[in-house]
Amino acid sequence: MRWYWIDRFIEFESGKRAKSVKNVSLAEEHLHDHFPGFPVMPGSLMIEGMAQTGGILLGEHYKFEYNVILAKVPKVTFHSWACPGDQLIYAAELQDAREEGGSVTVTATVGERLVAEAEIVFVHLNSDDPQLSRIDQKNFVFRTNLLDILTVGQAGVGG
Amino acid sequence: MASADEILVKVQETLVDALGVDDDEVTPTATLIGDLGAESIDFLDIVFRLEKNFDIKIPRGELFPENLATADSGFVADGKVTEEGIAQLRTKIPHADIDAFAANPLVSKLSDLFTVDMICRFVATRLK
Repeated sequence: MRWYWIDRFIEFESGKRAKSVKNVSLAEEHLHDHFPGFPVMPGSLMIEGMAQTGGILLGEHYKFEYNVILAKVPKVTFHSWACPGDQLIYAAELQDAREEGGSVTVTATVGERLVAEAEIVFVHLNSDDPQLSRIDQKNFVFRTNLLDILTVGQAGVGG
Repeated sequence: MASADEILVKVQETLVDALGVDDDEVTPTATLIGDLGAESIDFLDIVFRLEKNFDIKIPRGELFPENLATADSGFVADGKVTEEGIAQLRTKIPHADIDAFAANPLVSKLSDLFTVDMICRFVATRLK
């Protein structure tokens, strides 16, 4: 499985806000276990999608100079759920951005329906920071391939 | 100009939000790490929230200095912070109660310098 929990960006205002799309599909293996007969997008993966949206927003603000690491989710509320066929829109707003890290608020909606909202804090680590080796790679909001998401859709609409 | 009580109330609210603790736990003498369970990452979150709640700017390392009296700093001997180290602490972190720490300056107790009252004192200097 590839660790992409957003499909593409639909809006990107550097240093301010970004909106991404996640199309929930029954082709996703885990939905058959979560739960059998009642497939819903796991909340933890929604947080990951929100963090990928907000983390790329923060990373881009500093031209990807830092490794942006998901450090803390001070607050998250799930109001509803998302099922196969739903299109989640993650709307992130950059609240703080400084040398040490940053924070975002993000909402997840399907149509008009609010599914989840969260505050997320990230820290910056330089590539030569000794702490870097102690960190699980999955904590990285972006490394190499994840930035491919920024180019999704650039092939045009195929028409 | 906010009174000391007003500052304390706002600092309490800030820590309740950042650390998920109850407001009655956030007493002036409570230590952030020992009593309130703060971890290193929480300090950045606390800084963000204080900046917002008090409309102040907190440059890196001013409220929570990094690398205080580490083993290779030359300010540590026999598990205690040396006199030079104490002098450095007074400069780096004047809003902390260094006098109380200096009575028995165990390196292992350094994190106890970070108290609720320390944050209140720092904020008060920024609001002047």
